[in-house]
Amino acid sequence: MTTDWTVRAIMRATLPVLFPLTLIEIGSGLVLNGFEATLLQYPTLLVLVPVVIGTAGNLGSILASRLSTALHLGTLSFGVDDLLVGNAVATVALALTVFPGVGAGAWTLTTLLGTAQLPLVTVVLVAVLSGGALAVIAVVVTVVSTYAAYRFQADPDDVVIPVVTNVCDVLGVLVLFAVVQLVV
Amino acid sequence: MSVRAVATRAYREAVGALSASTVGSLLAGIVLSGLEAEFRLLPGLLVLVPALLATRGNVYGSLGARIATALHQGLLSPSLLTRDKRLESAVAAALASGLLTSAFAAIAAFVFLALLSEPAALLSLLAVAVLTGLLSGITLAGTVVLVVFAGYRRGHNPDTLVGPIVTTTGDIFGVFFLYLSAKVVLAL
Repeated sequence: MTTDWTVRAIMRATLPVLFPLTLIEIGSGLVLNGFEATLLQYPTLLVLVPVVIGTAGNLGSILASRLSTALHLGTLSFGVDDLLVGNAVATVALALTVFPGVGAGAWTLTTLLGTAQLPLVTVVLVAVLSGGALAVIAVVVTVVSTYAAYRFQADPDDVVIPVVTNVCDVLGVLVLFAVVQLVV
Repeated sequence: MSVRAVATRAYREAVGALSASTVGSLLAGIVLSGLEAEFRLLPGLLVLVPALLATRGNVYGSLGARIATALHQGLLSPSLLTRDKRLESAVAAALASGLLTSAFAAIAAFVFLALLSEPAALLSLLAVAVLTGLLSGITLAGTVVLVVFAGYRRGHNPDTLVGPIVTTTGDIFGVFFLYLSAKVVLAL
């Protein structure tokens, strides 16, 4: 069950997972490249890229580990379940707490560096709208993949977190792209 | 428990760690915005950013999880004073996987950009990716081993240390070394 601790055995276990995940990330890079002109024109938006990518994955993986623990303990049922709904509400609330600060922080730091071109309201609006949308997406992706893992009798601890973080990375960039199109 | 009680508890448990890692990502974003000129000079570099950042989490997160499990099972002792073959293999495998994945990312980015008839400089991208992979790999492997060992010796559960360490330091070091590597490669 556990991998041998030799360089060859460890690499043989990890590389088949790493290469496909890298291709997914390149997909998200291609989306970034598609709006490179806008990103380079407004460096404040470039500041938001790692936050948007990272936080969506973090929200998803926090929810995923909570759901899989509940599933292992037998306290979770899919459908309108207090535990499921409560965790989903908390995920959205977490995003709405963190993202206004992200927008204000990005604007303040770029203003201090003298590279800010966008008004504070626009940056905060971009951050909050992408954060809110991402939280909803993170909830849907996590619940669906936890349910799929459960149905296929795979351990959600092994499967769900890598799937959720990497899928949220790509969707995070797409959401940022869509919001920037709308707001900027 | 009611929905409200579940939500309140889940929120309270996560808000601290989430805010800390968000501050880390924000700092990484500032460094990234300093690369504006390099993104113009090295077409295709922006495509690599998500892959290079995610590799850190995927490779060194799994190194951390492996070390944590081995500590729990008593297969590893949390000391650097005696050489340990298992630890050396695990670190070497993580570094090698990190380098191979970085090189693969550069080649994949080049192929996709070529298919889309977009400009990309294969050799420069490869050099930046491998150099970033090497520098951030050494730093992250060292950080993960040291923090997990130190945490374990003080009675913390290594499993809960690995995630936050890798995401926060990974983003900051990853972008910082990307910045450094891009400058070095462009100066050559």
